[in-house]
Amino acid sequence: MAETSDIIQAVENADSPAALRTAVAELVAVGSPEAVSALIKALGYNNPEVASLAVEGLVRLGDLAVRPLLEQLDDYNYGARAYSFRALATIGDPQALPLFLKAAREDFAPSVRRAAARGLGCLRWEVLPATQQAPAQDQVFQTLAHLAADPEWGIRYSAVVGIEGLGSAAAHLQPAVHDLLRTMAQQDPDQVVRARAALPLTTTP
Amino acid sequence: MHDLQSGPALLTPAQAVANLTHPDLSLRYYAAWWLGKFGRGEAGVVPALVAALEDEEDRTELGGYPLRRNAARALGRLGDRQAVPPLILCLDCPDFYVREAAAQSLGALGDSRAVPHLLPLLNGSQLVPGRPHPAQPVEAVMVALAALGVREAAPQMVLLLEHALPRVRRAAARSLYQLTQDPVYGEHLLQVLAQEPDLKARRTLLLDLGASGYLPAAEAIVAAAVENSFKFMALKSLLETHLQRHPDLSPEGVKVLGLMDRLL
Repeated sequence: MAETSDIIQAVENADSPAALRTAVAELVAVGSPEAVSALIKALGYNNPEVASLAVEGLVRLGDLAVRPLLEQLDDYNYGARAYSFRALATIGDPQALPLFLKAAREDFAPSVRRAAARGLGCLRWEVLPATQQAPAQDQVFQTLAHLAADPEWGIRYSAVVGIEGLGSAAAHLQPAVHDLLRTMAQQDPDQVVRARAALPLTTTP
Repeated sequence: MHDLQSGPALLTPAQAVANLTHPDLSLRYYAAWWLGKFGRGEAGVVPALVAALEDEEDRTELGGYPLRRNAARALGRLGDRQAVPPLILCLDCPDFYVREAAAQSLGALGDSRAVPHLLPLLNGSQLVPGRPHPAQPVEAVMVALAALGVREAAPQMVLLLEHALPRVRRAAARSLYQLTQDPVYGEHLLQVLAQEPDLKARRTLLLDLGASGYLPAAEAIVAAAVENSFKFMALKSLLETHLQRHPDLSPEGVKVLGLMDRLL
């Protein structure tokens, strides 16, 4: 197998979408920590296939990728930013919490807000000291409840997904989560959001 | 985006209605769009837009009628069936884009009075030299006939699966699936998607697949080399079309929701 540095070189020199795709797939396959920066760059090549592969590679590297993802966030390319958030959401490291809270409310790109809302629902809370967990979870609930009233259906949909995840992680919030989901299942103006909100209500008692 | 949001603050429905006959033609055009978005249920809006369907002053160099186009689109959004007979008259307008907008709106209004007037337009699929579209708006007509559930249109749509324009072929496959629920047409769209080299065309295909309601397309939509936002919208529209037929969420519908979650 080729050295990671050779593959990174191949990613940088790729002269066609197909060559880029092959090189990034190889980079994902070697799974080396040295690949993190190159994978993060690949999120911003405006090629959805390549970006999805790179997200997969970053998620596989897990905690190693968190700091670099946070530090190399692309403030100008919202497509790249959305992919970074998707990777961070799936990894679930609470270091991303402040960023998720802010982006879920304020980012101008709906795709970034949706990824942040999902991320708020799948944080690995056990990594935080026990005393910090409940206050942070309350803050997450407030933010998600705010998104649940957003004018855009996609944001409300992602709020439901986040709220559902939070409910299964935070026992003390379960009654509030249940009430909010029930209200959305009955009253959301969009039928797909209503259907999504009703889902956890029918599968858990 | 910002302009669209600050627009409503500057107009009231009454002002927008008045603007439909304003001496400044661009204000008329904007008012028609605004009324389609914000004028639902307001008194006097539908009659004013219907009157705008006969406007003679706003003309393009080629003889088109921009205000009529926007008024026809707005009437489709407002959901008031008073607009059906005047929109049917627009199907004879010399401006292609007025006919196209009228066909789209008649499909959206869902009134079967339009059917005998829409059907003959499927005969006008021949290309017009120098124009990017066929003689008649056959794509919009097929979509409208599918929305109206007109199964007798299917044989003519089958012929359009061979049309020279890819978008016409796509609209035919999508409409045929809606009308017949025959998986052959859903698979047709999936094959086109698998072979389509152009990103923009793939995006449009995803939206067509979504509108078709062909549920087995869900996995292919997720796997397509297209941005997540398009996949997310396509899956939503797939589920909406499905929910029209199965108002109680089926296990397949639950699966689509699971796929949508993964795209966030």
